[in-house]
Amino acid sequence: MTSLAENKKAGAKAGDVPALFARTDLGRRRERAERTAQAALSGMALLVIIPLALIIIYLIVEAWPLLSLDFLLESPRRGMREGGVWPALLGTVYLVLMSLAVAAPIGILAAVYLHEYADDSAFTRAVQLAVVNLAGVPSIVHALFGLGAFVVFAGIGRSILAASLTLAIMTLPVIIASTREALASVPRSFREACWNVGATRWQTIRHVVLPNSISGILTGVILQVSRAAGETAPVMFTGAVFYKAVRDGDLFAYGLLDQCMALSMHLFTVSTQVPDVPEALPYATAVVLLFTVLAVNAFAIALRVYLRSRKRW
Amino acid sequence: MNNPAAADYAIQTRDLSLWYGNFQALNNVTLDIKHGAITSLIGPSGCGKTTLLRCFNRINERYGSVRTSGEIRILGRNIYDEDVSLIELRRFVGMVFQRPNPLPLSIYENIVFGLRLHSERRALTRADLDAAVEGALTEVGLWASVRDRLDRSALDLQLDEQQKLCIARLLPLKPEVILMDEPCSALDAEATRAIEELLFGLRGRYSIVIVTHNMAQARRASDECFLMLMGELIEHGATESLFTSPKDARTLNYLEGRFG
Repeated sequence: MTSLAENKKAGAKAGDVPALFARTDLGRRRERAERTAQAALSGMALLVIIPLALIIIYLIVEAWPLLSLDFLLESPRRGMREGGVWPALLGTVYLVLMSLAVAAPIGILAAVYLHEYADDSAFTRAVQLAVVNLAGVPSIVHALFGLGAFVVFAGIGRSILAASLTLAIMTLPVIIASTREALASVPRSFREACWNVGATRWQTIRHVVLPNSISGILTGVILQVSRAAGETAPVMFTGAVFYKAVRDGDLFAYGLLDQCMALSMHLFTVSTQVPDVPEALPYATAVVLLFTVLAVNAFAIALRVYLRSRKRW
Repeated sequence: MNNPAAADYAIQTRDLSLWYGNFQALNNVTLDIKHGAITSLIGPSGCGKTTLLRCFNRINERYGSVRTSGEIRILGRNIYDEDVSLIELRRFVGMVFQRPNPLPLSIYENIVFGLRLHSERRALTRADLDAAVEGALTEVGLWASVRDRLDRSALDLQLDEQQKLCIARLLPLKPEVILMDEPCSALDAEATRAIEELLFGLRGRYSIVIVTHNMAQARRASDECFLMLMGELIEHGATESLFTSPKDARTLNYLEGRFG
């Protein structure tokens, strides 16, 4: 590395002084590498968008002839070859809401315990290990577990309840993980402030920690909707059926112990199990599933923005 | 009060040792901190002064596993007694931190936060709360400047105002002891002077223990001074005599800036 002064001296001897701050050869190569890197990286980022855009466009184009409000609100007819998806849409909504009603309180409260109360003990390490491994269990295994534990052993039978419980166990570890992340984002100084005026842990959690992490917690929970809605195997084993007659547009068509149809399973059925289904039907079903999930995600984002805007730090 | 000298001393420790795991952070600390005085704890980083401060309301126990031996008496009462309630202890022994840490609430709610924690919901009237807010803010000299914006977020205050607020937040609980962990190290010179003046104003009514690594501040703002090195208490005395005629060679070395 030569200093500017040395440069000048050497240049003076050789008769040519390089202009101040002039580009060097090495500098040119570094700038080229910089441009290449930026192009490659942004290209990869773009690649991520393309599949999503293609999926959406392709599905909508293929499904176009069938898309209508009637398709949403009617039951399938003529052995799935005509009509709409109402019983399946409704079934999916029931399953998802029920599973979250079970998984969200358990997951959030367990995460609060793990993050705010638990010290590093054999017990908490066991819970951590269970959470991590539960998250790694394939959904088909959850399905078998749900079948064995809820349908058969607990004697609930194949039903919305059994299927929801199965989905709840499947989403639980991710809810715990995302809740802990949200809790960790609350600055420690807030907790210190509370402890040092004599707040109990619960008062600290209730008055300061939860109000300041609720947006993150809720978004984490809501994002699990898409997973629960999309899974086929768990509901297929534990409560979803091939066909169930339901009045068109009836919101309260299912009881807790009824079996139900589900969009994911319905998609599987019309794509592979029924001959002579019009080509657009599976695509239209997929569009309904996809947009249900996207709508929920959009709601989650809106909720996060709203709650964030009320936060003051 | 089973200790005859208790009336004179706000805090007394006897052979206090503390371990984080296998690391001994405090080694047989025995000290007496006078009632109503400003007492400073000085020493180099890592000497255990913050750890010692955190012993006085047992907040250490919230920061992970610590083991202590020895005795701590606050107003003559052993705070390791079975029937000492930690939430009551911390109500009467409050702490102020290095970074001001107002809660993400309004100024008003920050001040009444402690009252709400320690009272039945119905026991507090609006008038009680208003009076507590005005009293506490007046005591720290913030009332005039914030009385018109009590419902604004405390996080919008300037840093030195936030620190005053954090002190004011303790006052409605009628604390006996106020612990301060380098309360000025995030503030500029002007704000530091304001906080120090505030300390003088509070002297007498509260026993104040202040940890600082700013020796000039210890000298300016405290009546008594304790020097710690590596978990041990090296020397203590009236601040002026400790600074002008230290008895221990290590104190002299430290004061002259040869280490730390």
